[in-house]
Amino acid sequence: MSFVSVRNVWQRYGDRSILERVNVSVDEGEFISIVGASGCGKSTFLRMLLAEERPFRGEISIDGGETAVEPNRERGVVFQRYSVFPHLTVRNNLIAGESFANPLGRLRGAARKEAADRADRMLERIGLNHVADQYPAALSGGMQQRLAIGQAMTAKPRILLLDEPFGALDPGTRVQMHDFLMELRAETNMTVFMVTHDLQEGFKLGDRVLVFDKPRWDPQDPGLFGATVTYDFDASNDGVPFQDILDQYPSLAAG
Amino acid sequence: MRLINHIPGRPGSVILAALPFVALLVAYSVASDLRLEANPQDKLLPAPGTILETAQRLFTEPDKRSKEILLWNDTFASLARLLGGVGISALLSLLLGLAIGLLPYARSALSSFIAVLSMVPPLALLPILFIMFGLGELSKVVLIIIGITPFMTRDLAQRVMEIPKEQIVKAQTLGASSAVIALRVALPQILPRLISNVRLSLGSAWLFLIAAEAVASNVGLGYRIFLVRRYLAMDVILTYVIWITLLAFVIDWLLKTLSRRAFPWMEAGL
Repeated sequence: MSFVSVRNVWQRYGDRSILERVNVSVDEGEFISIVGASGCGKSTFLRMLLAEERPFRGEISIDGGETAVEPNRERGVVFQRYSVFPHLTVRNNLIAGESFANPLGRLRGAARKEAADRADRMLERIGLNHVADQYPAALSGGMQQRLAIGQAMTAKPRILLLDEPFGALDPGTRVQMHDFLMELRAETNMTVFMVTHDLQEGFKLGDRVLVFDKPRWDPQDPGLFGATVTYDFDASNDGVPFQDILDQYPSLAAG
Repeated sequence: MRLINHIPGRPGSVILAALPFVALLVAYSVASDLRLEANPQDKLLPAPGTILETAQRLFTEPDKRSKEILLWNDTFASLARLLGGVGISALLSLLLGLAIGLLPYARSALSSFIAVLSMVPPLALLPILFIMFGLGELSKVVLIIIGITPFMTRDLAQRVMEIPKEQIVKAQTLGASSAVIALRVALPQILPRLISNVRLSLGSAWLFLIAAEAVASNVGLGYRIFLVRRYLAMDVILTYVIWITLLAFVIDWLLKTLSRRAFPWMEAGL
């Protein structure tokens, strides 16, 4: 049984179909890039994985669980913007990843001290220890996104959802963020879903690239049919296919 | 160069800021002088010197009968009513604003009601308040609350709804309950707005306070002004008006300073 399984999911707003018959199964530790034209429903798909929206029909389960009705600690998320809390310092943003699950959202005494130590270690890892006591507004876009990713990881989610996380960054920072994300993933083996507009980014980071598009199109009523996963590329081995085919089918090896 | 690109220098801007005050003072002195020249008994525009003398007397000399300095009594009574009313309004609007902004059920139930309530002219309710709550402190405080709470609530609810959806979703993925989202995400972000709301509504609060005191009271700044009006004691009235203005200015300045001290994250980006 796969780790994340999406079975026959449909979504519609009123009369408008957004997604139809989406079936995806993902193993633990896979990095899934999701690409597609604007308005093809890839962000809707991510919002359903996040449980911010419920599917009109179908099931989405993580590790065999039920379809969630609201966002919870199983899912971490990083948006393009506004992912960190502007009124908390950088360190407190990380501590929030642990403390918000408490009844009053605070940690006291020893628990808080331990959380602060863990936050400092995470700051070291994401390279923000020099700005621990500053507020997010004082950070650059790349630093804010690193903080957002660190904050999401602090809550130890089962899957990490990234909604165009690097869309607002300049190309240089974007490449740095790719390296950062790859390192973090190598350490944690997190299951990641990333929506992106950048095909190159999708293939560079992802193990698989899902393409959303409308297989059916009614010219009289464009909203009649929804989009679905039209391609499911294997993007491991730098996107060059069949690199490990000999491991899968040893009989193909030249005698 | 275009007019919009002419910027006064440092001394220039100070002089310009002082200019309207000086102009007002000069205009008043000249007008007062003209009237007093025609009729030394004129009470309408007392000379600035007379006002100063009156002010000194009002601030320092106790009343002959009660042996108390009436101006201070009036000030304390009025400030207690004002701060009580504004404080309760701030608290109420904070709770209602958070509820309306965060909870869809509260929004459906309350938002149109409060929108309609904020259209009711509060002063028109004053007679009802006097009948319901008596002529004591309660009716005056309630008038202030009715006058400013709906407007503050609407604004705060709007601010809560303007918090990016991403933050609310993010907090949920960190495991925050509704209460934690209200207390740790929404509340800290609307507190600065609450303070600026209080600053804005202090003007109306003073208006309602003085109106209520003018109608029925036995102590208070508004009561005194409307009492001495009968004797055309313009020097007393003007002293009180300047004193009220000064109080309002100081309260406003205190709130502004508090806001800047308490919410450093607001300006971290500037």
